[in-house]
Amino acid sequence: MDATVLPEVTSLGVVIKAIIILTIISAIAGFGTYIERKILAFMQRRLGPTHVGPFGLLQIAADGIKLFTQEDIIPQNANKLIFQIAPAITAATAFIALASVPVFPDFIIPEFIPILGGTFVPSIAADINVGILFVLGMMAAGLYGPLLAGMAQANKWGIIGSARTAIQFLSYEVVTGLSILAPIMLVGSLSLVDFNEYQAGEFTEWLIWQQPVAFVLFLIAGFAETNRTPFDLLEHEAEVISGYATEYSGMRWGMFFIGEYANMITVAILASVMFLGGYNDLGFIAGWFIIILKISFFFFLMLWVRASWPHIRPDQLMWLCWKVLMPLALVNILITAIVMMI
Amino acid sequence: MYEQIAFYLFSVLTIGLFLVTVLTKNILYAMTSLAGGMVFISGFFFLLEADFLGVVQLIVYVGAVMALYAFAMMFFDATRDIKENTTSNYLVFFLGGMIALMLVIIFIAPIMGDNIQSMYPPIEGAGNAQSVGLVLFTKYLVPFEVAALMLLVAMISGIILAGKKMDNSLTTQEDIIIEKEEIIK
Repeated sequence: MDATVLPEVTSLGVVIKAIIILTIISAIAGFGTYIERKILAFMQRRLGPTHVGPFGLLQIAADGIKLFTQEDIIPQNANKLIFQIAPAITAATAFIALASVPVFPDFIIPEFIPILGGTFVPSIAADINVGILFVLGMMAAGLYGPLLAGMAQANKWGIIGSARTAIQFLSYEVVTGLSILAPIMLVGSLSLVDFNEYQAGEFTEWLIWQQPVAFVLFLIAGFAETNRTPFDLLEHEAEVISGYATEYSGMRWGMFFIGEYANMITVAILASVMFLGGYNDLGFIAGWFIIILKISFFFFLMLWVRASWPHIRPDQLMWLCWKVLMPLALVNILITAIVMMI
Repeated sequence: MYEQIAFYLFSVLTIGLFLVTVLTKNILYAMTSLAGGMVFISGFFFLLEADFLGVVQLIVYVGAVMALYAFAMMFFDATRDIKENTTSNYLVFFLGGMIALMLVIIFIAPIMGDNIQSMYPPIEGAGNAQSVGLVLFTKYLVPFEVAALMLLVAMISGIILAGKKMDNSLTTQEDIIIEKEEIIK
């Protein structure tokens, strides 16, 4: 980006970065529940949380206290070990995926702070050159959480939930892979930094204008990847109680949802870096601010879609992914390849 | 230093997890440790700076083991232990260990004789994915295409096996007649 040489990335800087990601994203996940309830309420002509604190803002604290102090119940016939580690898998993989996407801008800790002063904190914690694949692989591994949780809890709703997890995974995974292939061919790299630099300059350079089909396909697959409505088959209350999360309570239940919100943020970051120009400056607006705007927009879009659309059935998801989206993605790749060859 | 620590950590974890896969009686432990072991194997690729292969290992095996889980869900009760005919874990351990040792000796013996040399040294400036692609589409083009063809054959035969009577309902005509008779009664 700039001609100035960036300071060296030290291991201390990476550790600080990891702590920042953990704390801020966890906090955003908590705040996200409040925003979600307020926006859904606004769209459905309700009030949402109002009683605790101004505008119901302290509802987050109340929910947090409830989650932390609730009894941690493990059902009698459950496989205890697997039941206990399943939520940790969802939360851990969500944060590992966040390690290789650019989350906040680079900065240097001011000198006056003791010990840590002068440390350079990078924008990407682990800048590997196959970033996109790593993030998608980690998010795919995150689905082991619901799968194991459902199978370990000796509950029929849980088993149905985990069977639906497998179905969902087998449906969307091929669409995600094929939809990002066309932009990857254009950019010629798997690194998110290269994607960002490819789209530097005016907003006419954004990949969404060259790859509108791929953008829509990626977004649809992203909704399935994060279990958002209309594809939240795993925990569809009206059909399977709460699916894989039926027997969970307290902080273990909370970890599933921290993981889900972290995944939403990851998908939002991926979509804005890959298709909407990333963290380049746009006119007079600074890059770090514009990417926060883009991420917020995608987060809002997920809530908007949740308020507007009904759930779909598992067979409809399979039909959509394999019979509609996958052929579209293949045609998109073919056309991109032909245009590139000419 | 860090690399050696990481290598031994990944080795111990991988071998330990795969031992659990072989020795446990619980289907859920077996599948979970298999998935965990596959993830740790990708750690070796990352240590060797083969990022692309590491990520491919991660994505491919996550999906593959997920399909195995689906089968496990259909055939077993995941929360109970399975009754096995051979109950001696020591025998399984011994035989498995011996076979693994033999495989290692077979593969290591020719390499130990002469120093290891890379047949296709990495090209300067080419990234991970590019290097893999270059070798795959020049030297190993025929095996690559043959493998693709075999997968296509497997897929088509799978579709034919599963989809023979897809238009018909799964309930047979007799079942429908029986149901109707029950309603009349």
